[in-house]
Amino acid sequence: MIHQFRNNGYNIVLDVHSGSVHVVDDLVYEVIERLDHGLENDKIVKELENTWQPGEILEALDECRELKEKGMLFTEDVYRGPVLDFKKRKTVVKALCLHVAHDCNLSCRYCFAGEGEYHGSRGLMSLETGKKALDFLVENSGSRKNLEVDFFGGEPLLNFGVVKELVAYGRELEKKADKHFRFTLTTNGVLLGKEVAEFANRELDNVVLSLDGRKEVNDAMRPFPNGKGSYDLIVPKFQEFVRERGDRQYYVRGTFTHYNLDFSKDILHYADLGFDRLSMEPVVAPPEAGYAIREEDLETICAQYDELAVEMLKRKKEGRGFTFFHFMIDLTGGPCVYKRMSGCGSGTEYLAVTPWGDLYPCHQFVGEEKFRLGSVDEGITNQALVDEFKCCNVYSKPKCAECFARYYCSGGCAANSWHFHGTINDAYDIGCVLQRKRVECALMIKAAEAEMNE
Amino acid sequence: MKHIKTLNEKTLNSTVKKGGCGECQTSCQSACKTSCTVGNQTCENNK
Repeated sequence: MIHQFRNNGYNIVLDVHSGSVHVVDDLVYEVIERLDHGLENDKIVKELENTWQPGEILEALDECRELKEKGMLFTEDVYRGPVLDFKKRKTVVKALCLHVAHDCNLSCRYCFAGEGEYHGSRGLMSLETGKKALDFLVENSGSRKNLEVDFFGGEPLLNFGVVKELVAYGRELEKKADKHFRFTLTTNGVLLGKEVAEFANRELDNVVLSLDGRKEVNDAMRPFPNGKGSYDLIVPKFQEFVRERGDRQYYVRGTFTHYNLDFSKDILHYADLGFDRLSMEPVVAPPEAGYAIREEDLETICAQYDELAVEMLKRKKEGRGFTFFHFMIDLTGGPCVYKRMSGCGSGTEYLAVTPWGDLYPCHQFVGEEKFRLGSVDEGITNQALVDEFKCCNVYSKPKCAECFARYYCSGGCAANSWHFHGTINDAYDIGCVLQRKRVECALMIKAAEAEMNE
Repeated sequence: MKHIKTLNEKTLNSTVKKGGCGECQTSCQSACKTSCTVGNQTCENNK
């Protein structure tokens, strides 16, 4: 399977099954298109000889043949077999999203957590429940050494005392069980201060700082319960936090909606504020919500991604580059094909824990009673549902079979699929269009960077 | 090659034999939380 596209003056050919990415001239671009349609060499020469010399066309055909022989062009899908074995594998739990607070000090208008309540009641996780969750993780992690725990909410800093104690408890467990915890925190910044910063910079592998970009955009969607915007309070806190964080990982992360389809400006605004590790996600919302992304928005959004990619390259050349989470792509040291087929691990390797210790396949399923998997006290009680998630992979989703981006999104988000189609084995179509565009932009950036390094 | 520049020599097929250890980061833990992106993740064995 081949995917070829032109972007920012580059002709790019992705050989889907090998993952090989080729930057080609106009001639080869035309040749590959015809080879992909099954045309014989002499027919291709005939079709193109008005524009190119036959000798050149044959040379291009020869280069394509060479790549094919090397397994880098027109490769077949050889993964379907390993996938079947893979489905029978024993999975272990390696990551928890700990909902330490189902409460929030902001009232973000698009919050999938319903201002922290998640279709339930407000509440904070007790230290005891948190400890049981970490015990559960260690006990169910088999021989996996690296374990991840994200402190999430609501707003987790509303329960900062428990966060600190759980990290201390985790450090004890690490020694006893020969594990390594990577703790992360996702925060809206309202309660961010010196003490939190010191703790975060000492203990947390990654901190995700929520901000939506320009003041008017952020404040329209991320107000306090009294309606006042949050930008003026949190931006200086984030700036100070990031200055003190040094080289340690963080992301400034936002959500864009139908109301700010010019979101590339918001990403650039982050950069102008001095942040350089950025993420911005399209809102996922019921179609009836005014802020929901609609199909008619897709063209604008895709153009925004193009604009952003070009601006990123420009800034990189000027020595003021930044990373954008969705354009990051690792062509040489990226994940193995198993990871690329099986996705985020929700419901198997990755579970969410509510303040009361209930287990769900991920944070986006929390509060959907039929997706409750068990609890930190009982362990997994709904094994059938875990098995359903275990079988969720790019081959279980008919739409993915036709999609060139499947090894980059690994079949997409199960929660989005369920919310839009009532099954975890479908795909959220708007998300798919945007994912494909982001992969194209990411590959274009790689092509441009390769040229810069020549 | 004169007409083609390949950006990556390593192919996905080469990860079939040694892959699947599962030590890599869970994708949703990093910075998305509402989508699924794995192409940007790093293999723990390559570190």
